[in-house]
Amino acid sequence: MFRLEARTSTPAWFNLALPLIAIAATLILCSGLIAIAGAGVIEAYGVMLSASLGDSYAITETLVRAAPMIFTGLAVAIAFRAKFWNIGAEGQLLAGAVASCFVGAIPMPGTLAMVLMALAGAAAGALVALVPATLRVKFKVDDVVSSLLLNSVIYYALMALIEGPWKDTFSGYPISPPIEDSANFPVLIEGTRLHLGVVVALIAAPLCWFLIARTTLGFRIRVTGENPEAARYGGINVQRVLLSTALLSGALAGLAGVGEVGGVHFQVMSDISPGYGYSGIVVAMLARLNPLGVVPAAIFLAAVMTGGEAMSRATGVPAFLSDVIQGTALLAMLVALLFTAYRIRRVGAQT
Amino acid sequence: MSAPLIEMRGITKIFGAVKANEAVDLSVAPGEILGLLGENGAGKTTLMNVLFGAYAPDAGEILVEGRPVAIHNSADALAAGIGMVHQHFHLAPRLTVLENLLIGIPGKSGRIDRARGLARLDEISRQYGLSLDPNLLVSALSVGEQQRLEIVKALFRGAKLLILDEPTAVLAPSEVDGLFAALRSMAAQGLGIIFISHKLNEVRALTHRCVVLRHGKVAGRVDHPAGTTSAEMARLMCGHEIVPPVKEASTPGAAVLTLDGISTAGHAGMLLRDVSLVVRAGEILGIAGVSGNGQRALADVISGMLPPRAGTMTIAGKTVTQFSPRELQALGLGRIPEDRMTTGLVTNLPLADSMVLPRIGTEAFSSKGLLNPAAIRAFAEAQIKAYDIRCPGPMARAGALSGGNLQKALLARELAFDPKVLIVSQPTRGLDIGAARFIHEKFLAMRAKGCGIIVIGEDLEELLMLSDRIAVMYEGRIAGTLDSADATVARLGLMMTGAGQTEEAA
Repeated sequence: MFRLEARTSTPAWFNLALPLIAIAATLILCSGLIAIAGAGVIEAYGVMLSASLGDSYAITETLVRAAPMIFTGLAVAIAFRAKFWNIGAEGQLLAGAVASCFVGAIPMPGTLAMVLMALAGAAAGALVALVPATLRVKFKVDDVVSSLLLNSVIYYALMALIEGPWKDTFSGYPISPPIEDSANFPVLIEGTRLHLGVVVALIAAPLCWFLIARTTLGFRIRVTGENPEAARYGGINVQRVLLSTALLSGALAGLAGVGEVGGVHFQVMSDISPGYGYSGIVVAMLARLNPLGVVPAAIFLAAVMTGGEAMSRATGVPAFLSDVIQGTALLAMLVALLFTAYRIRRVGAQT
Repeated sequence: MSAPLIEMRGITKIFGAVKANEAVDLSVAPGEILGLLGENGAGKTTLMNVLFGAYAPDAGEILVEGRPVAIHNSADALAAGIGMVHQHFHLAPRLTVLENLLIGIPGKSGRIDRARGLARLDEISRQYGLSLDPNLLVSALSVGEQQRLEIVKALFRGAKLLILDEPTAVLAPSEVDGLFAALRSMAAQGLGIIFISHKLNEVRALTHRCVVLRHGKVAGRVDHPAGTTSAEMARLMCGHEIVPPVKEASTPGAAVLTLDGISTAGHAGMLLRDVSLVVRAGEILGIAGVSGNGQRALADVISGMLPPRAGTMTIAGKTVTQFSPRELQALGLGRIPEDRMTTGLVTNLPLADSMVLPRIGTEAFSSKGLLNPAAIRAFAEAQIKAYDIRCPGPMARAGALSGGNLQKALLARELAFDPKVLIVSQPTRGLDIGAARFIHEKFLAMRAKGCGIIVIGEDLEELLMLSDRIAVMYEGRIAGTLDSADATVARLGLMMTGAGQTEEAA
């Protein structure tokens, strides 16, 4: 018989080991599904690995996929640190995409356009995140529910825009008009899609880490998240911290949308995000809410996505498997997190 | 003497490198009240958790009525007739008294058997003098009544041995008498009781026999607690003599904190009514009262957590009625909250973070919005050394510290900045004699330095020892103020029930 017993302390190596164990468990669990689909497990994972990280082009494709999830992962990680339960990164991403696309379509010098796109996208994301935060601070509305439901509001508002007034007159499809060519983010390696936004995402992670670990705002975010009553007693304006966190989180999620418009799609369409906002939650949890951990976690999920498509083509395993891996990884991580607080102990053999 | 109800033999429990219990023997006979004494960390709670099945012992055995039993969880413990009343109650506040009793008790074909529950509750109530209204919501019960419900819950499940972990820590003096009467009646009818407490006078008054633990081992056994002095028991607990601190005579200076006609309300109605009081430099003002008579609101108003509806508050002559906690701190107000774990500290973060929390924005620990980790660490290390806070280091989780060490850390973080006024609530609740003694000495040293101190407490003997004056709170008002020289436990106790107020008003 086994049972859980509370731990008095958590070994430091757990922080690194847990996500790796969770990922290993995920791959083992999902190998069963691959086998059921009639493919060789080793072969399928092999294709997945080589298609996502096997050569330099594959790596750039994976990084391009990872960039929006780095931003949404950071957005969720920072919000969750303050226990502001922002499940709305998806909507904030879409709002950022719409705002930056709108600005990018205005003729102006390229550099100025890119800066204004980033500012507009971040501002739009921040404003959307401010809604659930304000509702929580003023009226104690549950932020999980309000931020989640707001995603649908933003999504259908976007649909209404591109089906109606914003419909691209040139193509006639339900997509927005493209941004100016001069506003397209520069490609860093000729022949790939590796754009400037990817580098910005990679720089944003250490900046966010610095903010959380080394600034007074970060201190207040951490303390507010862990114990709001002690924070208030200690002179921290808890409501202001929550609102600041929401603005920051929303801005980061908005930047994810900016990168997709400026660096990948150059316009807005209904499927501009295949759920990058929700994947951000998986990324943040795998990273244990550490902004530095967000980068490898996002790259892992991106590799699963790019690799999953190639695996599907090569072995006939449905591409949905990458979604299953993502969901299983989140569940495995949540279970793994249990072991930071508890250990398994064997107790007497009696039944 | 009849065969023991419960016998623990050679119990050893090891956590990592720490022997929390080492070869402990303990037994309780039917009809016996056994006192379990020891300082914090002496292993009392671990031992009881072993008995109640929360921990598996590394060595030793447990016998119930002479038969060895294996207890793996609380269900096993209950089946063996062992019931436990924890310090923190395990009740469902939105359910009624009867529903709480019936949780987990299967009725016929999965339905709840209310009638049988009612009959059983009635029987227990009459048998031991533990009356409870079965239809009241638990959230409407006083702390004393909730504790009574916990006891009834254990008896309801057929407990023959009842473990009470510091049951009097949450009770008013009058409620303690009621609890003791009930416990004596249970013992008289053949139940066994293990009574865990720090309060030596209670142990002497109630128990038949005591076991004293120190560093996980049995340090001594007392066969006639009533005939043993508190000093002798304290020596067994600490391993050395405990001398009460000396309060030097002092002349209070100018008023440092005044409240004038302060009233405030909460969800449930008025919390404070027209409260006026003065604290002068170099003076300790005690606030006595049965818990729930506005003491918490008073502490909250003074520390800036609860803005008053009416009245004025001044610190050193400056009106500060609507000031935030941060503004009050900047004026030299030091605060130690009633609830260290929830209000004082952030248990999941490093101890150092909690120690600098109130002053993180000042130039001592940050500049231009950037933290100064070296200064934070150095401050925490210096205080850990100065106050002898036992912990693995400044970066250890605050939650890993014992209550006494947490209280020292909270004291250090306030006293390091030489407050002019200090407000503390229940400063030594749950602390052992050694730690309480240390805290008392610090208060008296601050008083000698000219700090004005308000001590809110329920332990009247502590208040009498520390205070220059004692104000009694009753139903949100100050029912009266006495000089310590004129105050006695009996007189304060009377005022705490509201009796003194009418007498003085007349």
